[in-house]
Amino acid sequence: MSGDSHAYIGFEEYTAHIPASIPSAVQQATSRFVGGRAARVAELPQFEELRQIGSDIRLHTIENLDYYLSRLETAVQAAGGRVHWAATAEDARQIVLTIAKEHNVKLAVKSKSMATEEIELNHALQAAGIEALETDLGEYIIQLAGTGPSHIIVPAVHLKKEEIAALFSEKLHINAPADPVELTRIAREILREKFLSAEMGISGANFLVAETGTLVMVTNEGNGRMCSTMPDLHVAVVGIDKVIPDWESLTVFLKLLARSATGQKLSTYTQFISGPRRSDDEFGPKEFHLVLLDNGRSEILKDPVGREVFKCIRCGACANVCPVYKNVGGFAYGWFISGPIGAIFAPQMLGTPAARELPYASTLCGACAEVCPVKIPIPTILRHLRRRVAQGDEFSPAAMPAAISAISGLASLALAQNWIYRFGTRLLPFMMSIFKRDGWIPTAPYPLSRWTKARPLPPFTAGFRQWWSDRSNSRKDTPR
Amino acid sequence: MPKAQLFITCLGDQFYTRTLQNMTNLLERLGVELIFPNTQTCCGQPLFNNGFEDKTRAVALNFMHAFARSDAPIVGPSGSCVSMVKHHYPELFPAGTPEHALAVEIAARSFEFTEYLVNVLNVTDVGAVYPHKVTYHASCHYLREMGLKTEAKALLGAVRGLEFVQLNEEETCCGFGGAFTVTYPEVSRSMMENKVKHIVESGADTVITCEPGCLMNIAGGLHKIGSSVRAMHIIDLLAASEKEGVR
Repeated sequence: MSGDSHAYIGFEEYTAHIPASIPSAVQQATSRFVGGRAARVAELPQFEELRQIGSDIRLHTIENLDYYLSRLETAVQAAGGRVHWAATAEDARQIVLTIAKEHNVKLAVKSKSMATEEIELNHALQAAGIEALETDLGEYIIQLAGTGPSHIIVPAVHLKKEEIAALFSEKLHINAPADPVELTRIAREILREKFLSAEMGISGANFLVAETGTLVMVTNEGNGRMCSTMPDLHVAVVGIDKVIPDWESLTVFLKLLARSATGQKLSTYTQFISGPRRSDDEFGPKEFHLVLLDNGRSEILKDPVGREVFKCIRCGACANVCPVYKNVGGFAYGWFISGPIGAIFAPQMLGTPAARELPYASTLCGACAEVCPVKIPIPTILRHLRRRVAQGDEFSPAAMPAAISAISGLASLALAQNWIYRFGTRLLPFMMSIFKRDGWIPTAPYPLSRWTKARPLPPFTAGFRQWWSDRSNSRKDTPR
Repeated sequence: MPKAQLFITCLGDQFYTRTLQNMTNLLERLGVELIFPNTQTCCGQPLFNNGFEDKTRAVALNFMHAFARSDAPIVGPSGSCVSMVKHHYPELFPAGTPEHALAVEIAARSFEFTEYLVNVLNVTDVGAVYPHKVTYHASCHYLREMGLKTEAKALLGAVRGLEFVQLNEEETCCGFGGAFTVTYPEVSRSMMENKVKHIVESGADTVITCEPGCLMNIAGGLHKIGSSVRAMHIIDLLAASEKEGVR
């Protein structure tokens, strides 16, 4: 569990009032990705095999993380980079702030990074008087809006172009049209200025290649390259789970990532950064710092079931196919990683008391596991975390409301003692018949009232047992 | 003569008497001698899927004892409930215990209804007649946990007069998810409404599923909007004949 304490995530409370614009915007974007992914996968007959190889490599790496991290550290240093170890989010923030102060930074340009979302770096920089500007278009939009991301790779997926135009008009004091090309042009113009004047570039990483100490960034907008090459100082904040063994493994993940994420064969930019510039003739920053973030990861790695979450390569494919995500959007998950992967990530990173609702935010339909490029068994981990919430385990005490535990105890008793169940089965049709209207039960008492809120309940008929026994008796009477 | 044990599932028991009768008649017509272990209750999936593994064990034991009296295959009208028995019962008990051995043995002879028909009895044509436009909702556990991708469609394909229409997002969850419907009712509702919208747009007059849970959800949703589309368990369609129609 990470050092920062997190407010309670009320999935139910949030999802009771979802603005209709969110599912509509989310479904439009995710459907495009799902279609693109399907087309790319169909073109690559060995895709299933690649998924298995990808899964094996990721599992091997997280099971031998110490080894690969130490190789990585050596290689980054050999390439002239500096490595910093951050045990907690606060440590990571302090490391970045110290570097920024040493270089008298006033403006930092950022490329999209989930690790800096995780440590809420922007707040810390701003509190220290340093402007931190997001330069990924989606991140720029949500920074203007003052919210977090609602999708791993499409942070502003919940907004329609009209809403973005209104936001630009309000925040930038211009008259912005609801035209994606024009909106991009406006953002680009503002950002160009900033790239040229920033003293520090901040990024995350998609992968860290241990073999050569190479930071790999997979982007589509080119802003990542500007952040990491134009300022004299580049600081990357990366979770320790992002390390992979070597370039051969990288080829597997580059084949899997863009196809799974956006339905591209390869993203527009794939950037390999091995240390700072080596001479004044080269481009690139004079200093390169890599902040390796633990923030609770080492603890989670002790759980052989839960740790498979760290196989994740952050493609967002699970969210794109998740019927729950598509109907509620990313904010419902209350954390910067949303969707099915967020539902198994957040409870482990934030602890079950704060995120106990999230493992239940799924119908266990399994669509996510079907598309995951590294075969994370998401439904299995959801059930694992539900067990943690309901019963507690060696990693966390139980966090289930007492009333639900009590109901489950009664249910267990009634279902295990079959005479109680059979007695109930004979009783229910009579008890429930008073609620029957025109062959349906439009409104039932609690807790079934939560069912009938949305649709009626069929009547309790429970006639099979009697039918079977009458039939058996009549057969005994009539010799055949 | 093949023998089988009827696993009626708790939802079937409470809500789908007619479907269970049709299942009985169909299997008997195909020459299967049926046993109904009447001490069966529920497979325990609602407890298991909500994290109460400890409280599931006693329920699973009741089930296993009910079905251990015969060594005949166990056949149920739900991919989800059968998957619970087949895939999750062995996880409930530590390897090496008699309970685990029994769970593994029970799991090996548990079959979903269409799976039993198509893959065990090798029957796809049961002589059903249903001259209607029919669409199909692929239930999640039936499809992904049981891996039943072709069985239902093979059975539908052999029904006389049936015109099959493809459902948009056939494999997307309908929002049932067991306790999910009462844990997050608003989310369940949105998912159900999407499913119902696609069903209505398909132009079919009947929607088929192999899962009592999805059936309750989808039929209720269709009723709520006053749709004339009929939601049916595949068993009820397979029991339809020229003479009597749907029973």
